[in-house]
Amino acid sequence: MSTETAVATVKKESLFSKKNRKLLVDPLDDSNPITVQVLGICSALAITVQLQQAVIMSLSVLFVMIGGNVIVSLLRNMIPDRIRIIVQLVVVASLVIIVDQVLKAFQPDISEKLSVFVGLIITNCIIMGRLEAFALANKPGPSFLDAIGNAMGYAWILLAVSIVREVFGSGAISLPGMGQVKFLPTEWFMSEGGFYENNNLMILPPMALITVGIIIWIQRSRNQALIEEN
Amino acid sequence: MEYLSIFVKGIFIENMIFAYFLGMCSYLAVSKTVKTANGLGLAVIFVLGITVPINYLLENYVLEEGALAWIDPEYEAVNLSFLSFIMFIAVIASMVQLVEMIVEKFAPALYGALGIFLPLIAVNCSILGGALFMQDRQYPSIGEATVFGLGSGVGWWLAIVAIAAIREKIRYSHVPAPLKGLGITFIITGLMGIAFMSFMGIEI
Repeated sequence: MSTETAVATVKKESLFSKKNRKLLVDPLDDSNPITVQVLGICSALAITVQLQQAVIMSLSVLFVMIGGNVIVSLLRNMIPDRIRIIVQLVVVASLVIIVDQVLKAFQPDISEKLSVFVGLIITNCIIMGRLEAFALANKPGPSFLDAIGNAMGYAWILLAVSIVREVFGSGAISLPGMGQVKFLPTEWFMSEGGFYENNNLMILPPMALITVGIIIWIQRSRNQALIEEN
Repeated sequence: MEYLSIFVKGIFIENMIFAYFLGMCSYLAVSKTVKTANGLGLAVIFVLGITVPINYLLENYVLEEGALAWIDPEYEAVNLSFLSFIMFIAVIASMVQLVEMIVEKFAPALYGALGIFLPLIAVNCSILGGALFMQDRQYPSIGEATVFGLGSGVGWWLAIVAIAAIREKIRYSHVPAPLKGLGITFIITGLMGIAFMSFMGIEI
C-alpha cells in the first residue's frame, strides 16, 4: 500500500499532510466512533469480558473496515445510488465471511466464544457509517486512512473496557503465551484464604455499559467541546 | 407451553438489549422521545417476526449440511453454511425493502407511523442477531423460530420504550455536564440491565 500511496501522493500531497493526519487522529478522540459518533456499540459491549477476545475482534474489524472502505471507494462511481446499501452489505458480508472462516480455522476457541458477534460485524454501524459517510465520496487513499483511524478509535475503547473488566472481574489477564498474569499475590485472594474477592458483577453484561459510560464521562470532562446540550 | 416459554424468554431473560446489546446503535439514537421509540420498536417486532421464519426456512432447506437432500439424495453431502451471513443479510435487506413497499401501498397509516424507521432496520444488529441466534440454537420447528423472533422483538420494543420514557424525564434532573446525553443513557441502561438480570434462571 505504501508504494501505491506514495506514487499517488507525489503529485498532490505528502502522506502525512495535515489533512491525512487529521483523518487518522480525529477518530481517536474528537470524533471517536463509539463515544462520540455512537456507532458500533453492540459488539463493543458484548465481547469485552476478556482482553484476548477484544483484540481479535478489533483486528477483525480493522480488516473488514479497511477492505470495505477501499473496495467501496474504488467502486463509488459505479454503484447506483438506489441500491447502494445492498452493494455495501454484500461487500462487507463477503469480507466478514473471510474473517469468520480464518478464525474458525486458526483460532477455534476464540471463534466459539465470539459466536454470533463475528457475523454481526456485517451490521456493525461503524463500518456502514464510514462507508456511507466517507468511502462513497472519497478516493481510496483517504478512505484507507479513514478506515485505519476509525478502527483504531474503536479498538482503544474495546481494549480499555476489556482490561478494566478482566482485571476487576477475574483478577488476572490471560495473555497468549504467558498464561494468567495476576496483579495481586495469589495468597491475597479469598479462595486462598486472603481478603480479596473478584467482583463477579464486572463479568456480567450490564457492567460493560457502565464502564463505557464512565469512559465517556472522563473523556468529556477533559474535552469540554463534546458535552451535549441534553 | 414450549411456545410461551420461548416467548417469555425472548422478552425478559434473553433480552436483545440487556443481555446481548444487539441493536444498541438505533436504541441510543432514536430513544429521545417515547413516540418515535415506539414506532421503531413496532417496526423491529414486525421485521423480526417476518425475517426469522424466512431465514429459518433458508437455513433448513438450503444452507445447512445435508439440507439440500429434499431436491435429490445425491446433494446430501453439500454444506453451504459458509454462505449463511451473506444470505441472511440479503434476505433481511430485501425483506425490509419489500415490507416497506407493501406497507406503503396497503396501509398508508401504518407507513406514516413506521415509514422513516423501516430503512434503518436493515442495518439494525438485532435483526441479523435474531437470524444468527436462530441458527445457533437449532429450533426444532418454524413455529418456535417465529415465536422466538416475535419475543425478541417485543423485548427490544420494551427496552427502547422504557429508556425513552426515562430520557424524557431525565431532562429535568441535574445531571453532571459531561454525562449529559450519551453518558447517562449508558449508565441507566446498565442499571436496567442489572434489574433485568433478576429474571435469570426462571424456568417456565
